[in-house]
Amino acid sequence: MNIKNISILLFTLLTLGFTSCKKDEVINSKEKGSFTIEFENEVNGTPLVLNTQNYINANGDSFNISVFKYYVSNIKLTKTDGTIYSLPESYILVDASKPSSFLNIFKDIPSGDYTKISFIIGVDKERNLAGAQTGALDPALGMFWTWNSGYIFVKLEGTSPQSTATNKALTFHIGGIVDPNNTIRTFSTDFSTGNPLRIRADKSPQIHFTANAGSLFTGKQNISFANLNFTMGGANSVLIADNYAVNLFEFEHIHN
Amino acid sequence: MRHLKIYLILITSIGLLYACSKTEVIKPQTEEIRFVVPTNFPDAVYKFEGNTLTNTGFSLGKKLFYDVRLSADKTISCGSCHQQFAGFANLDHKVSHGVNNCLGKRNAPVLFNLAWQKEFFWDGGAKNLEIVPINAITDVCEMGTDLNTIVSFLNTTSPYPQLFKDAFGTEIVNSQNLLKALAQFTATMVSANSKYDKVMRNPQQNSFTADEQQGYQLFKEKCASCHSEPLFTNLNYTSNGLDLNSIDEGRKVITGLSSDKGKFRIPTLRNIELSSPYMHDGRFNSLEKVLEHYNSGVQHSENLDPSLIKSSQLGIPLSSIQKQQLISFLKTLTDDEFIKNKIFNEN
Repeated sequence: MNIKNISILLFTLLTLGFTSCKKDEVINSKEKGSFTIEFENEVNGTPLVLNTQNYINANGDSFNISVFKYYVSNIKLTKTDGTIYSLPESYILVDASKPSSFLNIFKDIPSGDYTKISFIIGVDKERNLAGAQTGALDPALGMFWTWNSGYIFVKLEGTSPQSTATNKALTFHIGGIVDPNNTIRTFSTDFSTGNPLRIRADKSPQIHFTANAGSLFTGKQNISFANLNFTMGGANSVLIADNYAVNLFEFEHIHN
Repeated sequence: MRHLKIYLILITSIGLLYACSKTEVIKPQTEEIRFVVPTNFPDAVYKFEGNTLTNTGFSLGKKLFYDVRLSADKTISCGSCHQQFAGFANLDHKVSHGVNNCLGKRNAPVLFNLAWQKEFFWDGGAKNLEIVPINAITDVCEMGTDLNTIVSFLNTTSPYPQLFKDAFGTEIVNSQNLLKALAQFTATMVSANSKYDKVMRNPQQNSFTADEQQGYQLFKEKCASCHSEPLFTNLNYTSNGLDLNSIDEGRKVITGLSSDKGKFRIPTLRNIELSSPYMHDGRFNSLEKVLEHYNSGVQHSENLDPSLIKSSQLGIPLSSIQKQQLISFLKTLTDDEFIKNKIFNEN
């Protein structure tokens, strides 16, 4: 075989290959599929272990964590062509003490290739003001303030030798929807175009995120537990929200 | 003949079955429990959205409202601090008196015309009628319990599962349906049949006495900017100069604003004759003392309402005759039909 023939053969093979690939790629946009989001809780790169593990914050203060819970809501997916799909009723409460809350499945998503996801860290204003909710928003789940009604978006409790509070406690209850102390923050990330979230009727891809509890204490301003060890809404909660808005969540990868 | 009998029985049974299933589907013709906006009232804020008012939902809410077993030591119900004869306030208690003889920090407010309020409590901290009870349920000095404990109690205590099924179609109790039932009961408490209302709605057949009429004129001049008709509150927060420095920060607890320090919700004056003591801390036990406060007791607090300081004079000057006339008018806001309405009674 001369080079020309080899070229022709290669060309034919490649064309065939591409065509067959393309054939697999025909997407029926009327079909619906599902996907899963997995959150892996960690503290600055090491897995989160409640109560027993000691961590060091960006300020150099030692601390441990007994409670770590957060809301993710109003999930939106963006297709390669820019169209946005908003998942109805998407409210998740992740609780580090409940492994079942780490995996969250979403069904009835229009088929397509999605290259971007965004969600609220917390709960939208409307639901903060709404009547009695259920599911992830059930006020019995301990993420609802009754004295100044509204949801706690992110809750972290623990202890630190540096804390000046009773029993060296750390109490970070972040929430609030009224300016200037609004703590609703939005997170968004692009997926690689080479490996978008492929929603198909016959597949169930998984998106992996890490959730870094250490992000509450650095990002915009390093937190010293001697100075700040308690907040339940207000200006100090805004400080923490501005911190975790930076890197509470990090997109890891997609299993298609 | 024998066959005919059987057929007849069969047909009758089918007819009966059909009738049964039909009555289950059709809503009762006459709902005894209604929510009607009185003609002299504005539109309600709470509209029973996603919480359709039904007889069964209302009666369940009432049962829950009066059930002391919901509290930590099984001694306190909502009705313990919200008594119908006191306009659903707590007569003779300056502040709420909860489980384990614990005293709260504020005066239990009246409960009626709640469907017109968009915020609740003396500081406006609760922003939806449906979620209001959670605070009293969980406060260590009120009912001292939590939603999970109550929900599991209701799920295991007859006849609650059946009552929830009747009201919401499922016998599995959750906090949402618990709160919705309570809201059906509380939102339906409307007080709008006082003498004042009758005079307003039908002046041909009802009239104030001379004293009441004088009092009404005074009220419109001196009180109505805050206690505006027909709810007798403009639903705002203000400081009426009770203390130079308020120990209770009031509205500031919610907003964080120093301009809200010592401000409290302007309470309605409806049924005021029956709901003593008065003020957020229940410091005054008579209307005479309240009016004397406005006459001579107003302190120049940092966020004092501007209407209480005019040309460097504090308060609202009132002669003793004027005070008596005002009280005569205030008593026309008593709504006996509401206070004695058996629909809201524990019975």
